[in-house]
Amino acid sequence: MIGLDSLARLGRAGLALMAALGRSGVLFFQAVWGWPSGQGVKLWMRQVHFIGVLSLIIIVVSGLFIGMVLGLQGYSILVGFGAEQALGQMVALSLVRELAPVVAALLFAGRAGSAVTAEIGLMKATEQLSSMEMIGVDPMRRIIAPRLYAGFVAMPLLTAIFAAVGILGGMLVGVDWLGVDEGSYWGTMQATVDFRADVINGMIKSVIFGLVVTWIAVFQGYDLVPTSEGISRATTKTVVYSSLAVLGLDFILTALMFGRI
Amino acid sequence: MRKQHWIEVGVGAFMLFGIVALIFLALRVSGLTLDRNEPSFTLTASFSNIGGLKPRSKVTLAGVVVGRVTDIQLDTKWYEAKVTMSLEQKLEGLLSTDTSASILTAGLLGENYIGLTVGAETDVLEDGDEIRDTQSALVLEDLINKFLINSTKD
Repeated sequence: MIGLDSLARLGRAGLALMAALGRSGVLFFQAVWGWPSGQGVKLWMRQVHFIGVLSLIIIVVSGLFIGMVLGLQGYSILVGFGAEQALGQMVALSLVRELAPVVAALLFAGRAGSAVTAEIGLMKATEQLSSMEMIGVDPMRRIIAPRLYAGFVAMPLLTAIFAAVGILGGMLVGVDWLGVDEGSYWGTMQATVDFRADVINGMIKSVIFGLVVTWIAVFQGYDLVPTSEGISRATTKTVVYSSLAVLGLDFILTALMFGRI
Repeated sequence: MRKQHWIEVGVGAFMLFGIVALIFLALRVSGLTLDRNEPSFTLTASFSNIGGLKPRSKVTLAGVVVGRVTDIQLDTKWYEAKVTMSLEQKLEGLLSTDTSASILTAGLLGENYIGLTVGAETDVLEDGDEIRDTQSALVLEDLINKFLINSTKD
């Protein structure tokens, strides 16, 4: 009997997972359908301000420090081969291809994703979402869609800023402190970084990460148990699931983009 | 009303900042040039061994980059590598027919590229012509082999 019970528990968990995936899919398509127009543009802009502009400080500071660390570590390895001229290439490729999309998405999940979940969750717990439906305002269009589209737009911009600031941070350490020639820092970088293969692929990654992170955040907020414990659980889930999704997707995308070389 | 205005200004500045960062990545980091379709003409050359030459490898003349390798095919008749390269338009009609092409290596372990050396003939290469005088890539293993054979002879 115990075996049957645990089998039933497994089945229940699987059904709950499938149901949650289905609900999140429905939510996603409903929200995509609610493309902001007219009054919605203002709501969308407010969300871009909240999850984009206000994330700028953490993105710039982390980008600068990650670039500086890359410059320092890269120099200490490359100098062993007498190849410290290739520092620019190393810093730029690792930032543009991997670090900028992934780290920016992780920071974004912690900074903006959790806030979105908590906000929508509190709206649900205080029944603001139901009240909106009662007075004929579609919460998809009013609450969910602007946040989803804001994440979609803000993430690639934050990634580009992260990469640019990181490369400048690497130059600060490599060129100004450790004495790598400035010409070869930029020269090796320009000779090896390809616009389509590296920069555009990094941007594609960041668009997908932005979509996934805001989707998870919005769904967790919309689908939570409307209690204070439910909100705290959903906020935690947002950060954990987004981070796992970003890292897992990053491997898949990297295998698709760079696996054939 | 004032608050909404400042939000719009903030978002505008944010987007501008992001786009500037993207342009920086494109132009300064990846070295993308906007005039991609500058006029060019093509030459071909056959090598018995191209080493690590790849499409988009550079073609130099006196050390100056004058073009890129566009295509590498295997010639099944002579079992040679047929390399197509695209050169700057201004060199058309200036390279003599006895111009030689050799595959060189940047540094000891660096990438392969094609170096052109102009000859003395008065006839010149036109678009689509083939460079006759070619020199294959230096394969380090062959060189070591030769050195070992020579040193055992003595």
